[in-house]
Amino acid sequence: MHKNKGISLLFTFLGGIVLLFILAPLAGLLIHSSPSELAETMRDKEVGNSIALTLWASMLATIVFAFFAIPLSYILARNEFKGKQLVLGIIDLPIVIPHSAAGIALLTVISQQGVIGKAGNIFGMEFAGHTSGIVLAMAFVSLPFLINAARDGFSAVPERLEKAALNLGASPIKVFFMISLPLAWRSVLSGLIMMFARGMSEFGAVVIVAYHPMITPVMIYERFGAFGLKYARPVALIFIAVCLVFFILLRFLSKPKNDA
Amino acid sequence: MLKVENLHIKLGDFHLSDINFSVEKGEYFMLLGESGSGKSVLLESIAGLFKQNKGEIFLNGQNINKTNIQKRKIGLVFQDFALFPHYSVEENIAFPLKIRKYKSAIIKDIVDQLACEMNILPLLKRKPETLSGGEKQRVALARTLTLKPDILLLDEPLSSIDVSLKGELRSLLRRLNQKGQTIIHVTHDYEEAISLASKIAIIQDGKIVQTGTPKEVFTHPKNKFVAHFGGIKNFYEAKLEADPGKETTKACINEYISFQILTKHHEKKGHVLIGQKNILLSLVPQHISTINQYKGTIKEIIPARMGVDLIVETGVDFYVSVTSDSVKTFNYAEGQEVWVAFNPSAVKFIPD
Repeated sequence: MHKNKGISLLFTFLGGIVLLFILAPLAGLLIHSSPSELAETMRDKEVGNSIALTLWASMLATIVFAFFAIPLSYILARNEFKGKQLVLGIIDLPIVIPHSAAGIALLTVISQQGVIGKAGNIFGMEFAGHTSGIVLAMAFVSLPFLINAARDGFSAVPERLEKAALNLGASPIKVFFMISLPLAWRSVLSGLIMMFARGMSEFGAVVIVAYHPMITPVMIYERFGAFGLKYARPVALIFIAVCLVFFILLRFLSKPKNDA
Repeated sequence: MLKVENLHIKLGDFHLSDINFSVEKGEYFMLLGESGSGKSVLLESIAGLFKQNKGEIFLNGQNINKTNIQKRKIGLVFQDFALFPHYSVEENIAFPLKIRKYKSAIIKDIVDQLACEMNILPLLKRKPETLSGGEKQRVALARTLTLKPDILLLDEPLSSIDVSLKGELRSLLRRLNQKGQTIIHVTHDYEEAISLASKIAIIQDGKIVQTGTPKEVFTHPKNKFVAHFGGIKNFYEAKLEADPGKETTKACINEYISFQILTKHHEKKGHVLIGQKNILLSLVPQHISTINQYKGTIKEIIPARMGVDLIVETGVDFYVSVTSDSVKTFNYAEGQEVWVAFNPSAVKFIPD
């Protein structure tokens, strides 16, 4: 391919600005936070509990909804049916609607007067203002990431392998667990991590469904509103560090094999 | 053993219609058809992986239309082998036994025995991605044979194998069949059919157009398609006209050309075929006894596996085989005028 050096330089410069735009605020956060502030925040029980709650709620949302989302992804990957495009559109809906609006919508069904809220009442469960509500809000906004990634993974498994397994005497459920799922695991796992990561960084939907107990994104907002930037910054930095761990893990797992 | 009756399959643009054939126990049945003629779908339909639109399939006298795939006792080896990439060779072969919850000692015995038979013992711990095409084929065969299927279905089993290994695999398939394994094998390769099949069926435009032993089919092809499949290119529709007082009979091909042939038939419609090696080519008319001699033009020169094929247009197209040396010696070129000649005894008449 013919390479134009001038264009290449210009594009590198423009791309560099974008990268700087992403990195500068994060670097600023790091530079402006003093080690003593960070150490003090880390000792703050409220912050620790909030991070634990955020991780726990997001993990629960991911695990519980995976039982429903993974079979749905498989159906979407393997079957053509009337209204499939509509179903795919519905799945992507949480990505496009404002998350605060999603929170409001969710609140209408999980509040004491809502359908889910009433059903929960029967079992003594409350959602609004509770961890279970946070779990639902996180799941609502992050499910598309799991479903889409898993669907891509299942689509990439050659159907012939499943047919071969059926011909060799495996039942459809065994085919799923012994062939389809193990072969799509990398995509499914990526989807699970993406859903988990997206869930724990959610603010808009959660803040409407449950201000308390306080997940970390809400806590950062609360500290900023009540005490200012100085108090919000170290919490933000610590939470970003936690998110980065999962982000690196995701990149590592979703990296294609070099020898493939 | 297996009987397919009035099978109809429609899939997108192509369709198989009115497929009828039967396979006896121990037979090596070959379905021969061009790529994309629906042969693979037909196999999948017999195995129960694809639902036919119409028709019945009987195995050992029982209608298996509604029998579960898992209970059909029909093993299918896919064209690309469909080995499970996340399992080792050993795990692949053991798969059908493992899901049937066989004891591990029995699984090991069966796997070792089959691996020995297929000559893949040293490969057992390897992953499929590290195997050659021939090795994959043996693993796929071993995996399918663990279940001792009543019928083994093979989808183009030699198409992705190196030429050097084809002979070896053919022997393996022949050996399997000689041990009593009933096989249905689909291919587009005429040579494969000749070397292995005890019975063949030719699929053309989604229909079986001829069934019989390879000898029956290729010595008496029913139409041009079958003849071409068998490598017979000089195959023409003909109408016999009695020539009183002559030993030979006139076979009219079209309004421009007729051949003199030796046949016991008179005034019949049918086809005539001439082996391309039986046609002589020369630059000038030959002073020989043959009465079939025609002037024509070289339409095309095609390098063949052995020598060169020339298409000579005389009113019909004749395919003539010559050596590369003759092409050089006589400077044959496209557009050149030449003469073709052949004996009446070189022409075979097949009545309709």
